[in-house]
Amino acid sequence: MDFDLSKPQKLLQESAKTFFSRECSPERVRELMATETAHDEALWRAMADQGWTGLIVPEAYGGLGLGLVELAVVVEEMGRANLPGAFISTLWAAALMERAGSEAQKAEYLDAISAGELKATVALLEASADWHPAAVQLRAEVEGQGYRLNGRKEFVTDAAIADVILVAARTSGGLIILVVKKDSAGVTITETPAMDATRKLYTVEFQEAHIEAALTNKVKDALEYSMGVAAIALSAEMLGGMQWTLDTTVEYAKTRLQFGRPIGTYQAVQHHCADMLLMTESSRSAVYYAAYALSEKDSMARHAVSIAKAYCSDAAREVGNLGIQCHGGIGFTWEHNLHLYYKRAKSSEIMLGDATYHREELARLVIDRAAD
Amino acid sequence: MDLNLSPEEEKFRDECRAWLAANVPEPFAGKGLNEEENAEVVDYLKAWQKKVFDGGWAGISWPKAYGGRGAKLIEQAIFQEEWAKADAPMLINVLGLSLIGPTIIAVGTEAQKQRFLPKILSGEEIWCQGFSEPNAGSDVAGLGTKAIRDGDDFIINGQKIWTSLAHVSDWCLLLVRTDFEAPKHKGITALLVDMHSAGVAVRPLRQMTGDSGFNEVFFSNVRVPVANVLGEINKGWHTAIATLMNERANLGAGVYVGIKRALDALIERSHHINRGGRPSAQDPVIRQKIAQAYLELEIFKLNSNRALSKMSKSAVPGPEGSILKIFWSELNQRVQQTAMEALGTYGQLQDFDEGKWVYGYLRSRGNTIEAGTSEIQRNIVAERVLGLPKSYQS
Ligand SMILES: Cc1cc2nc3c(=O)[nH]c(=O)nc-3n(C[C@H](O)[C@H](O)[C@H](O)COP(=O)(O)OP(=O)(O)OC[C@H]3O[C@@H](n4cnc5c(N)ncnc54)[C@H](O)[C@@H]3O)c2cc1C
Repeated sequence: MDFDLSKPQKLLQESAKTFFSRECSPERVRELMATETAHDEALWRAMADQGWTGLIVPEAYGGLGLGLVELAVVVEEMGRANLPGAFISTLWAAALMERAGSEAQKAEYLDAISAGELKATVALLEASADWHPAAVQLRAEVEGQGYRLNGRKEFVTDAAIADVILVAARTSGGLIILVVKKDSAGVTITETPAMDATRKLYTVEFQEAHIEAALTNKVKDALEYSMGVAAIALSAEMLGGMQWTLDTTVEYAKTRLQFGRPIGTYQAVQHHCADMLLMTESSRSAVYYAAYALSEKDSMARHAVSIAKAYCSDAAREVGNLGIQCHGGIGFTWEHNLHLYYKRAKSSEIMLGDATYHREELARLVIDRAAD
Repeated sequence: MDLNLSPEEEKFRDECRAWLAANVPEPFAGKGLNEEENAEVVDYLKAWQKKVFDGGWAGISWPKAYGGRGAKLIEQAIFQEEWAKADAPMLINVLGLSLIGPTIIAVGTEAQKQRFLPKILSGEEIWCQGFSEPNAGSDVAGLGTKAIRDGDDFIINGQKIWTSLAHVSDWCLLLVRTDFEAPKHKGITALLVDMHSAGVAVRPLRQMTGDSGFNEVFFSNVRVPVANVLGEINKGWHTAIATLMNERANLGAGVYVGIKRALDALIERSHHINRGGRPSAQDPVIRQKIAQAYLELEIFKLNSNRALSKMSKSAVPGPEGSILKIFWSELNQRVQQTAMEALGTYGQLQDFDEGKWVYGYLRSRGNTIEAGTSEIQRNIVAERVLGLPKSYQS
């Protein structure tokens, strides 16, 4: 047992860190935030050149075939740079496609995702705002070779930039995942402006939409797995954001003078910083354990995913709170970058279930199970 | 990163599991496993530690030459985890095992290692830590207990306080002042003191739990051979730091076992205790709090395992140990409060579950004071881990 990154993993970390600090500066993040989709095609292609759009995609479909620990390593660096756009949406879709798709579908879509030619997202939530796939009510009626769809999906990330939207729907036979291509007739995509402008949210409405293809292979398991992958990625991204906030705050505490001394000499400030470190390092333990457990199909994988998502969701917000507090007035300005991370943390906290949601998942696993 | 156990580690785990299954004793009959002043409890725990030692499971990462198993730190962690699962009693010589033994291994002479380490492991000699004084707590380097050289001996006069287990201890790692002119950190010496020496008087102090886990210890003209200096004369601060680092890094391992046991018991109880007319286990707020306790405890274990992986490469525990100390002490307080809430009106009863919830709740208040207060630990994290400027001259 060795709970430390291996040499190749450390090299990957270094190169991701260098890459994102070069390609995704805070100025660039601000520019992208102000665009319609927060997507940067050139940056996306450059990430694809590194192999990262297909990082966990099997080599047979053009990916790097790496594990979730390597994924977490790279996504942590994305989080540190507050990378805008559709990476996690596409990742979720790719993981879902990999589990629920046919060979032909995988060959078509996963290759394109790995090559950076295709961005995707998943439409799961409805007005009930319940992340459990069992809550999906959208009906797909069989129509010819395909399906007819009427209804709407909510809180779909990056829908306007996605070339493909994977839509969870229900047929008389159970859950399926419809493959909705960009610009399909009867599909309307409307932005719902949200706190975080770096990962946009949309309502996707279907009116007599005819959808040809669907993923039908073990959909329930595939959803659970892919949501686990995406939850780990969100947690890793939050971890990177926490690390940035901590580093930035410690640096500030060393240099900002009040009463003739650096504010970092005052214990009230010191203890905030110590707590930020404690939460950041604890998040790190949780993220890498979850990534490992899901990769290795460990019997504790479900526990591990919920532990990571619950802990990081609370910690990222709290680290942000303390970071802003330690900065004083400047921390409350639009000009300072703290709020970019703070808003992303809120978006990541909510997406795929916040701490309350995942604690209830854990309660089912550890309290209810103890009863039977 | 590889969290799988290697084949040898798996074999090791199976061996400990089998040994524990065959050897864990019946729970102590009767009340008061926490009351270490109770002679029967002490005998029960000493017998158990002897059994662990004879089985070859005490001091797993300690050198073989001194009675240890010569295994890796990771194996120590594996053993701890099996220990928790087997619901085995604690080891009474916890201070010897977690902080004083490792300090002797780090700075002791060969003769000291041979003389003291095996009996720490077997529990034949129980140890206490004589650091704190009435006027030197957080600022322990401000201590005033005096040691005057007289030939081959030191003669000790002074007082220690809050000395856990002193009432059952055979030996004490004592910090004394040997140079009165030097700056405070430079005049301290660490001594290995026989608690049965003439002139040592132990007076139990009653804790808020009602029992006597710690004591005042008075030294009047106590003779200690110079051969019992641990480390070097006037360099006792160096020795003390080794002890404190080990205290922060190691105490948590045993703590995980204790909290895990409490949490499992709480989950079991929550199905059978009513709160507001339904089992606690079905109350959504209680479910949230139990789940939070569960996830934090797991993260504490993960943090510990990460620290172990690091320590097995660097060999010495660093100031990051303070993060573990803050984490487990505050976690235990939250867990105990969650237990009180989940148990509702019953938790407060002295006779409910042998009073273990009352005891656990009250005892947890000491966690953020003992082994360095949370404030001191946060100072250490801020200054030595994050590199912020010092807030005071220490
Ligand atoms: C259950 C228990 C068991 C113990 N067992 C032992 C033992 O076996 N051996 C032993 O030697 N000692 C033992 N202790 C003593 C323990 O180490 C001390 O109580 C502790 O170090 C605090 O010292 P103090 O009690 O003198 O409090 P003080 O140092 O007076 O602290 C009082 C308050 O002031 C704060 N404070 C002090 N200095 C600073 C600072 N620089 N910055 C910010 N805040 C500060 C503290 O955090 C605390 O909140 C035990 C204590 C307890 C509660």
